[in-house]
Amino acid sequence: MMSILIDKKTKVIVQGITGRDGSFHADQMKKYGTNVVGGVTPGKGGTKVNGIPVFNSMAEAVKATKANTSVIYVPPAFAIDAVYEAADAGIKLIVCITEGVPANDMLKAYDYLKNKGVRMVGPNCPGLISPDKSKVGIMPGNICKKGPIGVVSRSGTLTYEAIWALTCAGLGQTTCIGIGGDQIIGTNFIDVLQMFENDKATRAVVMIGEIGGSDEEEAAKFVKKKMSKPVVGFIAGRMAPPGKRMGHAGAIISGGSGTAKEKVEALNAVGIPVATSPTEIPALIKEKLEKAKTAGAKKTTANVATKKAAARKSGAKRKK
Amino acid sequence: MKIHEYQAKEIFAAAGIPVPQGKVATTPAEAVEIAEEMGRPVMVKAQVHVGGRGKAGGIQYAENLEAVRVWSQKILGMDLKGLKVNHVLITEAADILTECYVGIIIDRASKAPVIMVSPAGGIDIEEVAAKTPEKIFKLAVDPTIGLKAYQARDLATKLYKDIKLVRQAADILMKLYDIYWKIDASLVEINPLITTPDGKVIALDAKINIDDNGLFRQKAIEAMRDLEAEDPAEVEARDGDLSFVKLSGNIGCIVNGAGLAMATMDLVKHYGGDPANFLDIGGSSNPQKVLTAMRIILRDQNVRSILINIFGGITRCDDVANGIVMAYEELKPEVPIVVRLTGTNEDKARKILKSTDLKFGDTLDDVVKKAIKLADAEITV
Repeated sequence: MMSILIDKKTKVIVQGITGRDGSFHADQMKKYGTNVVGGVTPGKGGTKVNGIPVFNSMAEAVKATKANTSVIYVPPAFAIDAVYEAADAGIKLIVCITEGVPANDMLKAYDYLKNKGVRMVGPNCPGLISPDKSKVGIMPGNICKKGPIGVVSRSGTLTYEAIWALTCAGLGQTTCIGIGGDQIIGTNFIDVLQMFENDKATRAVVMIGEIGGSDEEEAAKFVKKKMSKPVVGFIAGRMAPPGKRMGHAGAIISGGSGTAKEKVEALNAVGIPVATSPTEIPALIKEKLEKAKTAGAKKTTANVATKKAAARKSGAKRKK
Repeated sequence: MKIHEYQAKEIFAAAGIPVPQGKVATTPAEAVEIAEEMGRPVMVKAQVHVGGRGKAGGIQYAENLEAVRVWSQKILGMDLKGLKVNHVLITEAADILTECYVGIIIDRASKAPVIMVSPAGGIDIEEVAAKTPEKIFKLAVDPTIGLKAYQARDLATKLYKDIKLVRQAADILMKLYDIYWKIDASLVEINPLITTPDGKVIALDAKINIDDNGLFRQKAIEAMRDLEAEDPAEVEARDGDLSFVKLSGNIGCIVNGAGLAMATMDLVKHYGGDPANFLDIGGSSNPQKVLTAMRIILRDQNVRSILINIFGGITRCDDVANGIVMAYEELKPEVPIVVRLTGTNEDKARKILKSTDLKFGDTLDDVVKKAIKLADAEITV
C-alpha cells in the first residue's frame, strides 16, 4: 500500500519542540508511530523532550539523525527563518503548521525553496497523515483509517469532518493533506492532485476548497487534462459576504472573483461533483468508484477482446 | 487591515510621492479652518473604508469656505454604505488633465507582487478589467530581486508619451514598490494618478491595505487603526483572539476552524436558516474564548438560537464544554442553544454539560437542522 509525501521511512525533526504546541504534538506524532528523530530549539541542545533528543540547530540535528522532513511549530515572527534553516540543512519536505506568517515573506521563501528543490506544505495548515504509517502535523490520528482515498484540503477542522465522514462510511485514506488557508502556500491543489494521480494505492480523491483566489478553478482544469482518477469536491463559503476575511487570510472574496459559486461551477463543468454537506462526500465517492469500476470492466473486456482478435490473427498467420 | 486615504497619503508623502496638500478634520469648523489656511477651492472627502465614495456622495468640490462648511456638515456623520463618516480630508482641488491607475497587489497565482497600470483611471479598476481588459497592463515582479528601473519605465510608457511624465511616473512606481514591502502591504493603489496642465504627475487618491500577519512588526501602521471605523463586535472579537464577522441572520454560530465555520454557515443557509455571524474560536481554545464568543453573539438582538459546532482535534471538547458552562452561569442566555461536540475528549464534555438544559446534535447536519427549528424557522430542504 502506497501513500504520498510521508510513510514509514519519513524521519522527522520538530522545530520548536520545547514550545507548548511543539512538545505536545511531538509526543502525539510519536505515539501515532511517526519516526520523530529529534527536535530543535536554539539554546536547548542536549536536553530531551518526551524522550526525543533536542538540538541547537537544524544543521546539527540533520547531521546527527539523517532526517529528511521537518515540522515547524515556532511563533509566526520566526517561522520563515525556521523554513530557511531547514532548507539549508538539507531537509526535503518542510511542513509549516504556524499560523500568521506574513504573506510577503512567503513570496521570497517560495522562490528560494523552488530553486533548491525543497517541498513546503503550509503555512497555516494541519499537516499530513498517511494512516497507520506516519503523521506530520496536528491531525487527530484516531479519525483516519487506511484505505484508497486521497484527501487534499485548504482547511483544518473541515478536513477532519470530511475524513471522519469517509472513515465512518468505510472509506479509508492513502494520505490526507491540509495545504493551508493562507494566500501564499508552498504546495497547492495541483501539486497534490498530480501526486495522487501517480500514487498506485489512491483510487479517488476528495478536494476541499474554499472561497478566495482561483486555485480550485486551476485544479479543475488540471483534473480535466491530466487526471484519470475520479475527484469529488467540497467548497466552503457559499454564503460569505464579499470583502470580508473569513478567518483564513486566503478566504476573502474581493472584486467579484473567488466566490464559491464560480468554483462549484468550474468543478461541475469538468465532471467533479460538489457535495453540499461534508457528510455527502462518501456517497459521491462511492458513486464515482462504481462508475470507474464499470468503465474499467468494460475496458478490460475490450482489451481481452482485442487480444483475442490479435491472437486469432497471429494464429491465422501461423496457419499460413 | 485597512487605513484611511489621509493616512496612506502621509505614507506616500514621506516616501516622496507627490500628493495634493491636505489635512483631516473631524468637525465642520475644523474643515473651514483648514480650507481657509489653504486659501483656494478644496475637495471635501469622506474617510471611510469603502470603495466608490464619490458615487455615494462622499466626495464633494467646495468653491468657497461656505461650501466647505455645508459639505463637511453634510458628510461628517453621514452613512456611507453602512459605515459612519467620522473624518473628512480637506485637500486642494487639482486641475486634472489625465487620469490613470497604478496599483500593486499580492498575487497568489504568480506568487509575486503584481504591478497593474492602466491609462483608464478614475473609475473602478474591476470595471476596467471587465469592460476593457486590453487597457490594463500587468507585471509580476521577482520578489527576490525587486522592481528594476527599466521595468518601471516600461510600465510608465503605457500611461504617457511625454518622457518627462514617464520619468515622474516611473519614479512613483519605484517608490510605491518600496512602500509595498516596507509596510507589509497586500495592496497599494493610486486611483487616479493624475497629470496637471503644468506637467506634474500627482497621486490624487491613495489606498493601502496591510497584511494582518505583518502587523506584529508594523507598530506605526497598527497605531493608525481607526477603531471607530470598524464594527465594535469585530474589534472585541479580535481582542479576544477570535475571528468574527457579523451577518444579518438570526442563528448565532460558534465553530472551531475557519473552513468548518464557513461550511456550517453554508449548511444553515442550505437548510433554510439564516446565520447571524461567522465565528471561529480557533485552534487550542481555552474556556475564556467560548465565553467571549457567547457574549458577542448574545448582544445581537436578532439572534433566536445558538449553534455550537466543535470538531475536536487540538481543540479539546471538555475545554469548550467548560466555557459553555461558564458562559451559561455568567450570561444566563435566554435563547436556546444546541451543541455538537465531536472528537478529542467528547465523553468528558458530555459529562460536564449534563447539568445544563442544552440540546445536543449528533452530526453536522443534525445540529444545523435543530438550530433552525429552535430559531422557529422552517427547514426547506
